[in-house]
Amino acid sequence: MSDASPPSGEGGSPADGSAPESATAALIDAARRSDLGLVLGTLLLVYLAATLLTFTDGLNSVVGLMRTLTFLGLVYALAALALNLQWGYAGLFNIGVAGFMALGVYTMGIVVRSPDPAFGPPGFGLPLPVGIVAGMLMAAVVGLLAALPALRLKADYLAIVTLGISEIIRLFLQSSAFDTFLRDTLGVGTGGGRGMGMPQNPIRELFLVDGQAGTPTALGDLIFGVFGESGLGISNTILIDWAYIAVLAAFVIGFYVLLERLGRSPFGRLLKAIREDELVADSLGKNVDLIKIKVFVIGCALMGLAGILWFGSQGNVSPTPQFMPVLTFYVFIAVIIGGSGSNTGAVLGGIVFATVLFEGPRRIGSSLRDVIDAETPPSFGDALVSLDPTAFLAYATDNIAPLQFVFLGLILVFIMHRRPDGILGDRIETAAAVDLSERPSGGETDE
Amino acid sequence: MGTTESSIVDSARARPGLLLVALLGGLLLVDLAAKLAGVDLGPIGGALSADRLGSNLWSGVVIGLVIGLAGIGLSMTYSILSFANFSHGDLLSTGAFTGWGVAFLIAGFGDVPLRALLTVGDAGSATPGDIGAHVLSTPLAILVGLLAAFAVTAVVALALDRAFYKPMRDRDGISILIASIGAALIVRYVIQFVYGSDRRGVTASVEASNLAFGPLGISVNAHDLTIAVAALGLMLAMHFMLQRTKLGTAMRAMADNKDLALVTGIPAERVVTATWIIGGGLAGASGYLYVLLRGTIQFDFGWLLLLLIFAAVILGGIGSVYGAIAGGLVIGIVFTTSTIWIPSDFNEAAAFAVMIVMLLLRPEGLFGGVSTA
Repeated sequence: MSDASPPSGEGGSPADGSAPESATAALIDAARRSDLGLVLGTLLLVYLAATLLTFTDGLNSVVGLMRTLTFLGLVYALAALALNLQWGYAGLFNIGVAGFMALGVYTMGIVVRSPDPAFGPPGFGLPLPVGIVAGMLMAAVVGLLAALPALRLKADYLAIVTLGISEIIRLFLQSSAFDTFLRDTLGVGTGGGRGMGMPQNPIRELFLVDGQAGTPTALGDLIFGVFGESGLGISNTILIDWAYIAVLAAFVIGFYVLLERLGRSPFGRLLKAIREDELVADSLGKNVDLIKIKVFVIGCALMGLAGILWFGSQGNVSPTPQFMPVLTFYVFIAVIIGGSGSNTGAVLGGIVFATVLFEGPRRIGSSLRDVIDAETPPSFGDALVSLDPTAFLAYATDNIAPLQFVFLGLILVFIMHRRPDGILGDRIETAAAVDLSERPSGGETDE
Repeated sequence: MGTTESSIVDSARARPGLLLVALLGGLLLVDLAAKLAGVDLGPIGGALSADRLGSNLWSGVVIGLVIGLAGIGLSMTYSILSFANFSHGDLLSTGAFTGWGVAFLIAGFGDVPLRALLTVGDAGSATPGDIGAHVLSTPLAILVGLLAAFAVTAVVALALDRAFYKPMRDRDGISILIASIGAALIVRYVIQFVYGSDRRGVTASVEASNLAFGPLGISVNAHDLTIAVAALGLMLAMHFMLQRTKLGTAMRAMADNKDLALVTGIPAERVVTATWIIGGGLAGASGYLYVLLRGTIQFDFGWLLLLLIFAAVILGGIGSVYGAIAGGLVIGIVFTTSTIWIPSDFNEAAAFAVMIVMLLLRPEGLFGGVSTA
């Protein structure tokens, strides 16, 4: 996906260029015609904005910012797709997403890390694919244990139980006592509050021998030569990250295809039937409990995988800043923006959330701060007392992070008030296999 | 699911779980007795002084009272408005910051710049010692602060309702729950923007802060005692309000059966307004008391407490005010006494585990679903 669109931004797309006056109308039009077009169009708009923000700093900064935005957009899309399976398809209100992602990435780390305790928390030293499968399995098993009893509960109770489970998982990973316990029994560790270093990303080894900077492979030589310092002047790290983004894009497509196929299968129709009316599905003799458990477990495994792909590539994971419940709410906002029930909406919501709502205000805030020529007051009280609007603005732009969360909250409330179905909510996949809104004309077939 | 099954089948399914929980509880009690007696019986037993158990229990009761007080409002909004309010924790923070701002204003007026006082020490360089807020040295400031916390939070809760929840009155619980997550984000980060993000000390330390009760041979921290008295007082006031006033009766009727209450002509919106004022006010007061207990304040402490408050409310049976108080006490005691058996890293996890087990085995709560009676 990202490879298909050259990271040059100014190229623009003919679809975007043809209707510049009514951008929203054109977008909605494109949505009806092509899902891929909509996602790519959104990405291009984001790239355009990124270019406008950083083009004065040279190509390297432009491509670097695009990399950050694309990475975040894709990982949020992955998590949103997994959540959409549980919430959008089956109506299971799981707010333990952060916990299941943590389980996936921590299990992967423990399985893959070297058994030598000299390099931090020891692991089992198994190959990476084994670790990824183990991470998904662990998330699935814990999901199963949670689902077996919890799915009998009402939706809001399920929400609180899953939030509790997610916090219990985080507290265990955070605990040094649990780390010691694992070291004593299994000979592996979690690293407690200090966190755990992640295994080498295999994508890096495609470009660098053993992942060491300065020793490029043949492929690395070629790519670095064309785009790198000696070519277009893009730094090697950014180039390697773009290769990883291509992998992520492939996974997003994989998730999407899997979910679409699942949704159209008889199993998927059952899921939607449960979402629409559980009692009816139950009365028709469907095993509602079993289906809910299955979809919850599949969703948790996908969340584990999303966690691995997201945080596993970040070098180091630690439980407390990364896996706080707020992460779950970010993913929820992404799904809600896109409209729960729509897979394209989940991908789009992930991208829009990560770029426009999450990264956007920070970038714009720091750009604005550079323009304001005033010293930042040390606190809100000082800013207010100074009675100087410039100083106040300096304080506000320097503290853009809290304002951004206020903005997120407003967006969330606004969506729930005005557009509870999200951007693409009108495309929520219907439970029926045939379109029930168009009745066949005439009643003569009744005979 | 859950619509046609008879309760016999349900309880039969739940029985192995209940049995297991009962066995575990019994084992812990035996172990506790062995520990107190100083007997070592292989895996169980060990050493534990009665003093330590006593102090654990006391601090559990104090925390439990604060959590129970906070739970009253959550339970009321749950039963009367039928949604789990995720912004309730941030109402605690609202009450704590505004209440302590007022308390500081009175305690440190004249000696310390106003902006340092009103922002609870975020602006300026005044230390808690300079301001000198402590219940023994500045009792009036602490009391007025508590009242201010109640009043301001009630207003904020009402404003949130008018702006965010009122237009959604007839929507399903999950939609309002999501909107409340949005409201929680807004409140929490407005607090961070105004009061700063760092954790800081609030109360001053004074000489001889423990009050000794000579004949009984126990000494109690003055702040702990203040919290217990204030929380119990507010709970009693709540009790009389619910049982003796027309408003209280109307609230109980709304919680019990909304349609029936409406048919009998109870003014629904007025009851909802009162719910927010009382529930929000109690949340603010409990946030203020929690800071008095801990001695430090941070913009997201209420949010971090929210799950414990949910645990208390669920334990007591969602919708029951008295259940919330009892649940708060249980959660508080689990929180502090669990450290006898498990590392202190896990005391919060233990409280959550108690909540989850309760939801799975007895979702109607300790008292079997008596709502607000």
